[in-house]
This record gives sequence, C-alpha cells and structure tokens, in this order.
Amino acid sequence: MFKIPKRKTEKKRLGILQKKPEKLIDKNNVRLDGRKLDELRSVKIGVGILANADGSAYIEQGKNKILAAVYGPKEVHPRHLALPDRTVLRCRYHMAPFSVQERKSPAPSRREIELSKVIREAIEPSIFVEYYPRTSIDVFIEVLQADGGTRCAGITVASLALADAGIPMRDLVAACAAGKVDGHLVLDLNDLEDKGGEADLPLALMSNLNAITLLQMDGDLTVNEFEQVLNLAVKGCKEIYTVQKDALKAKYVAVKEAVEEE
Amino acid sequence: MTPSITIAKVKQRRIAELISHGKRLDERGLNDYREVQLEVGIIERAEGSARVRLGKTEVMVGIKIEIGTPFPDVPNEGVLTVNTELVPLASPKFEPGPPDENAIELARVVDRGIRESKAISMEKLCITPGKKVFIVFVDVYVLNHDGNLIDASAMAALAALLNTKIFNYEIKDDEIEIKLGYTQLPMADYPIAVTFAKINGKLVVDPWLVEEQVMDVRLTMTIDKDGKICAMQKGGYGYFSMEQVLEAAKIAQQKAEELRKIVVGE
Repeated sequence: MFKIPKRKTEKKRLGILQKKPEKLIDKNNVRLDGRKLDELRSVKIGVGILANADGSAYIEQGKNKILAAVYGPKEVHPRHLALPDRTVLRCRYHMAPFSVQERKSPAPSRREIELSKVIREAIEPSIFVEYYPRTSIDVFIEVLQADGGTRCAGITVASLALADAGIPMRDLVAACAAGKVDGHLVLDLNDLEDKGGEADLPLALMSNLNAITLLQMDGDLTVNEFEQVLNLAVKGCKEIYTVQKDALKAKYVAVKEAVEEE
Repeated sequence: MTPSITIAKVKQRRIAELISHGKRLDERGLNDYREVQLEVGIIERAEGSARVRLGKTEVMVGIKIEIGTPFPDVPNEGVLTVNTELVPLASPKFEPGPPDENAIELARVVDRGIRESKAISMEKLCITPGKKVFIVFVDVYVLNHDGNLIDASAMAALAALLNTKIFNYEIKDDEIEIKLGYTQLPMADYPIAVTFAKINGKLVVDPWLVEEQVMDVRLTMTIDKDGKICAMQKGGYGYFSMEQVLEAAKIAQQKAEELRKIVVGE
C-alpha cells in the first residue's frame, strides 16, 4: 500500500506559522538557500514558447516563474494614441493571484502600475522605436510565482520575448538586483532577504553599451557601499546576459536541427 | 510627471547647446536649485500642512491622522500612506480622474523616501498592539507644475510631517478618549530627494518643465540625515553610465544638505 504522508496542519501549510529566521547569512557567509554572497540563483530560460504571441519567453530564477509575451508591431488601439514618428511601447506587469503567499487581488495594484512604467522605461532604450511609426508593441509580463526580484526577472524575460518577436534592438536588456543583508553585500536577493535585509538595488543593463536603463533602490547605503553594490549588480546583469544569449541561440539551433532532419 | 508640451526644435537645441557650455536657459548653474519658499501650518483643519514653491512649481501637502488597525505583520507600528493628486488646475496636461501612472510613481517615490529613511518613528504610533494604531495620511496636492515635482513634493511632505501634531488621548477600558492638547508627530530622520536630468550627456539638478521635455532620462536620489542614500528611482527612456550614477550620488549628498537646512532648519 501507499504510504500517506502526514498532512501538515492547515496553518503550517499556509505558511502562517512561518517565522522570520533570525539570521539570513551564517558565519561562513552562506545564505539560507545555500548560495555564496555573490552567487545568482539558478536561471533557466526558454524562448518562443507561446503559440499565439509574436514573441515569448519564460524564466525561472530561483522560485520565480515568469512568462512574457510580445504582440506587435501592430495597429494601435485606441487609434488616437498612435505617434507619427515612432512606435508606442506598452507594457503590463501583472502578478497572478496565486503567485504570492496571501492571495493577491487580480486588479492592478499601485505597485504593479509603477513597475509597468519603470519596466517599460528600462526596455524602451534598447528598441529602435523609430523603425515602426504609427504602430504599437505590447509587452505582457505575467508573474506566475514570485520570490523576490520579479521586476528584474521580468525585464530579462521581456527583452528576450522582444528579440523573439524579431524587433530590431540595440542590445538585450538583462536585469538583476544586489543589496545589503545582515551587513553583507549580496547579489540577487530572494523574497526573505529583500524583506529582512537593509537595502535592495534593482538594476537593468545593456551590457554591450554599458548603459543603465533601470535603477531603483530602497534601504540605506553609504555612497561607498552604493558603489560596491552597483558593481555587484552589474556583475550579476552580465552573468544573466550570457544565459539570455544562450537561450536565444538555443531556439534557433533547435529550429535548424528540425529542418535538417526533414 | 512629464506632460508633453511641444517645444520648438530650435529651443531644444539651444538648451542642449547651453548645457554643454555649463549654462542653462534660466541662467542657473548646472548644480543650482531654483529658489525654495516654504510655508507651514497653512491648513488649520489638517493635523499638519506645508506649501513648497520651487521656482514656479508649487506643491501643497496636508497630513491627516486617523485611528485604524495595523498591518498583521507589524502589529505594533503605525501606518503610512502617501497619495498624490495631479489636479487639472496645475497644468493644461493634467486631466481629472483616478491617479495615472505618473501620479502613482510620484507618490511611491515620496513614500519610499519617508519609509526607508525611517523618518517617522512608527513604533511610537501604536495605541494598542495589533488592534489600534495611528494612520498617517500624506496627501500631496500639486498646484502648479513647472517641473521637478518629486523634489518639491518630498520637501513639502517632510515639512508637513514636521508640522504635524497628534491629539492627546487616554485609554480607558479599551476605549480611546481624546484629551485636550496636542503632541508633535515623532520624527527620527529628514529625507531629502535630489533629482537629476541628463541632457546632452550632462547632469543638471532640479530640471524645470522645459528641461524635463528635453531630457533623455531622470534620476532621483533620496538622502537621509547621515548622508546615506535611502531611495533611488530612474525615470524616462534614456540610460545612464556607471560614472554618471556615481557622480550623481556625490552631488546629491551636498545638495540634500543644503536643502535640508531650508526645510528643517540648522
């Protein structure tokens, strides 16, 4: 017979009894999830995975699971929003109600509206917007599961979806956060570290141009610490950039192999 | 925050050219703020209030205090909410209706500065843990938009908080009884926001409306009383280099100190 595992109490299952651990980093500089201070979570990316979208991508960064889809360039609706000399980039960052511990209402929150704006502003510098006048490009980012750093992973995956849609770009945008936790400077904070830590600095970078397209921060950092955290975040972005490029190439290798087999 | 007002190409080029020579259209230096005028306690009905004029930009902030329930994860701390209204009388480009993304971004940047610097001693706003706390409503009202709403709003919010008084109370049999007299809102820090615009590859502080139209990108740094950075926000469609960001951090420290003297006093 099958062994039925002991059912956790309802409260434990819902994580209500979960207490904040006292220390987020142990004395050997190892973080709760076993990472080193300057180590990224494992990043897995798939490109071109939704049939209807013109471009799409999926990312798993630690426990984050995020989908992005791009529709366009296409006719603008409503029409009066069209611009005569460039495309209109629109972006929606949205979290699924089941993506976080306590159910999130599906209506867009103030946080989601702000993030949609900063993500759009992080991605737009990479696109040749003047190539497609009187059109719009819509980017949809759906967070299916969140564990800290979703705006960064969202940018990383949205940029790939745009590349997958064949939109001419200056560079891929990769994003990653760095910050300060228990007095240590760390890379790629997860949810616990973000909430329990002292500072969080999300950054987006076009690696080939050394251009910072997203920069936010909350917490407290001296100017000196800020410089170090900035360098750490840049290092993280560059590592993610490599994974991004490999994921994009992998799609075309798969297509090429499929064609050759026929 | 940046309604699009058409500016002639000639004027745009002129602004960019002047800035490359270290000059500005309104004859300020690259690192000069416009004149700051401050009034506090102007709305008697509000628990705290302030009006800031930054050049022609005008922002009013009113603070209301109410009693409510705390968030379950911080049962013994008060609650802070910041809201912004970009009312249509402030600019021909503002429209009536619920706050748009610009208004929400402005509110959240001001909120982040106050929250992350721990400007208000939230634990002192607890009445009965887990049940009743004070809720501080910071309502930012833009009256005239002539650029750099973030800095003006952050200054007005800080001045209004410093001007805020909470009614005295006593707890009798789990009931709150309001007494005569007022106590100052407990403040622990004085965050100041400093905003830069990048125009023609150079950084200028406190961009006014016309410069906001011409700028490539914007960066706000909020500095606490110890000179630490407590919040940052990039806006606009351009980008920064590492060097520019680090330069901005150093200038922001100096500027924040100067502005803090105006808002808080010596």
